[in-house]
Amino acid sequence: MRPRGRRFVLIAIVGAVLVAATALTLLGLRDSVVYFYPPSDLAQKARSGERVRIGGLVAAGSVRRDEDGALLFSVSDGAANLDVRYEGQPPDLFREGQGVVAEGVWRPGARFEADTVLARHDETYMPREVAEALKARGDWKGAP
Amino acid sequence: MIAELGAFLALIALCASLAQAALGIGAQNSAPMAAASRACAHVAAGAMIGAFIALVAVFVRSDFSVGVVAANSHSDKPLLYRIAGAWGNHEGSMLLWCLVSALFAAAMARSHTAMSPGLASRAVAVQGMVTAGALIYTLVLSNPFARLDPAPFQGASLNPLLQDPALALHPPMLYLGYVGLSAPFSLAIAALLEGKADAAWARALRPWVLLAWTCLTFGIALGSYWAYYELGWGGWWFWDPVENASFMPWLAATALIHSAIVTERRGSLAAWTILLAILGFAFALLGTFLVRSGVLTSVHAFAVDPRRGVAVLALIALALGGGLTLYALRAPRLARPSGFAAVSREGLLVLNNLGLMVAAGVVLIGTLYPLIVEAMTDRLISVGPPFFNLAFAPLMAALLIAMPAAPLLAWRRGDMAGALKALWFAALVAVGAAAVTIAIRADALWAAFGLGVGAWLLAGALAYMWSRWARGGPRSLRRLAALPIAVWALTAAHAGAGVFAIGAIAETHFREERSAALPIGGAIDFAGRSITLRAVEDVRGPNYRAIRGVFQVSGAGGAAMTHAERRSYDAGGAPTTEVAILSDGLNDLYIALGEPAQAQGAEAWTVRFYFNPLVRLIFAGAGLIGLGGILGLAALLRRRAAP
Repeated sequence: MRPRGRRFVLIAIVGAVLVAATALTLLGLRDSVVYFYPPSDLAQKARSGERVRIGGLVAAGSVRRDEDGALLFSVSDGAANLDVRYEGQPPDLFREGQGVVAEGVWRPGARFEADTVLARHDETYMPREVAEALKARGDWKGAP
Repeated sequence: MIAELGAFLALIALCASLAQAALGIGAQNSAPMAAASRACAHVAAGAMIGAFIALVAVFVRSDFSVGVVAANSHSDKPLLYRIAGAWGNHEGSMLLWCLVSALFAAAMARSHTAMSPGLASRAVAVQGMVTAGALIYTLVLSNPFARLDPAPFQGASLNPLLQDPALALHPPMLYLGYVGLSAPFSLAIAALLEGKADAAWARALRPWVLLAWTCLTFGIALGSYWAYYELGWGGWWFWDPVENASFMPWLAATALIHSAIVTERRGSLAAWTILLAILGFAFALLGTFLVRSGVLTSVHAFAVDPRRGVAVLALIALALGGGLTLYALRAPRLARPSGFAAVSREGLLVLNNLGLMVAAGVVLIGTLYPLIVEAMTDRLISVGPPFFNLAFAPLMAALLIAMPAAPLLAWRRGDMAGALKALWFAALVAVGAAAVTIAIRADALWAAFGLGVGAWLLAGALAYMWSRWARGGPRSLRRLAALPIAVWALTAAHAGAGVFAIGAIAETHFREERSAALPIGGAIDFAGRSITLRAVEDVRGPNYRAIRGVFQVSGAGGAAMTHAERRSYDAGGAPTTEVAILSDGLNDLYIALGEPAQAQGAEAWTVRFYFNPLVRLIFAGAGLIGLGGILGLAALLRRRAAP
């Protein structure tokens, strides 16, 4: 192949890879990104059937297990509560009064079925989304 | 006193690095000045070693009048973790960063005869600037030797999750990798300053890249292994921003390894190799920024200090901006006509570089997108595994499918038909692996595809060795042993990628998970085994109390006892999980003890069970890849010793 032909092949391949990667990236950012909502925003902002992250504080006295052994708890952002069910073992730092983030599919009126409850490495650490949500409501007591 | 000595030594190291940079730049072709610059590099490295020993000493002596010791240590911690505590925090880890950079500068100074005098003096100078920049940041914004007044009586202890042998090693390894990428950066900047990047330059560059990459590989693998057995939910990779932060420099360094080979062997792609060296170091700095500034929501929690974030960003801007400006000015001069066909080893290595850098770009976008969205719209989002599965995986799959052919092609103009002929057996193995997967699980099409690719990589790497073995004579054991180390290195690294892929695909697609409330004496059937909770007892460790669940596991291979714990450390903090792992060398049965619960009115314990098929291949594959790096390094150093 002559140098010009070679250069054309190279540019064509580079172009094809870049176009494919860009397309997949945009598609991924449109469809597989998960939004975070505090419980009080869910009803207005989230679509039914949307995969969301919710977060707030685990409401005091709300943690128990149902007859199937699944974990039931309530997440509060000070204004609203959301009942959550999670089949499995919560992370080590899961406790009443502590910040929590859970991910699952949101359906209005139903108990939130979480498939992931996020763990943090450090008990003094508040999940950032929770801190932001609490700050927005003026309920933030930690460092600014 | 020791702390002040440490701070003093760090200051000496800073002065020596600055002198090293000034003398090296000024040296041009003056041999005495270059020698003085190298001597300064040795002084800086010696002073940094002393400073770091001082830091370890205040940790070992539990001197709580030093701020970082009080915040991160405790007098009843075991010795190993008091030592590891020295780098298990922001300030100490930054001092480690400076130490590694100074050590690389000294190593570069020692090996200056492998480079032209002009290149060596400039490279040592740039490395001195890197050390000085990191030291200024450390001493001004995160001084590990700062005293507390009044000194507390006891320290706040190291986060118990971090009290672990793998984590004692993980940060130094990762830092050797991150900071190691400063050496190729220095050599790239030196080449731009000198206006010359030829085969000899690439020859001097390659060992540094390989060293940094090997350390990065082991560092990431150790972190992944730690997450797997310590966090208690059986995962080994979460596409967490902090993991991505170490993965992006790894991808760039992988690309750099391959493009440097082309530059050395063929003299082409020099400008591209320089660009990769600059970008690789920028990714390493970005990794430090992402981890240390606390800008990201992450399973890894770090202190938030915006001044530090801004300062690291300024250092990145300086390194990347300065490097790229110099590149724009000088690189056109380095361009050289490169005569190679699309189907040639160069051609496939260019594809490899394209794929790896685009993949790094995708990871970068996925990692930074939440920050961008938050800054622009105030909405909080997370980008998780679904994004990376969609955008990263296809790109990687394409790259991996092309991989086995590359080493079988000749330089300049390759014979694709011949390469594919050498790979017919690998193709058979790949199709076989996919078919077996489908036969076991008819619905697992993606897993079958992935396992096929893994088998293709593994068999393809062996096919390369098989064809090299036949070159110039019959296949005899003597000739196998006489194969160049570089052939073994390539085979190990590429086969490791295959082994890793097989493990990762099998674990992701076929893992089993179950959670149950078990009374003492209760049993469940899980993954073909019968698991009984025999007892729950209280035990006492060196600095913690634990509740220990003893399990009996009986399956086809007989019965075994194992135990899982929940630990509460005396220094306080939340309980941690120590999982039970029963491994047969390939597959793991993984048991995590949960909280007390009620089952049919009786006292019981919640227990999580995981069966992770072929999970050991993930770590074995990563180890093989790293072994490839070690062998490659040995090959390069041996060649340097006997020119």
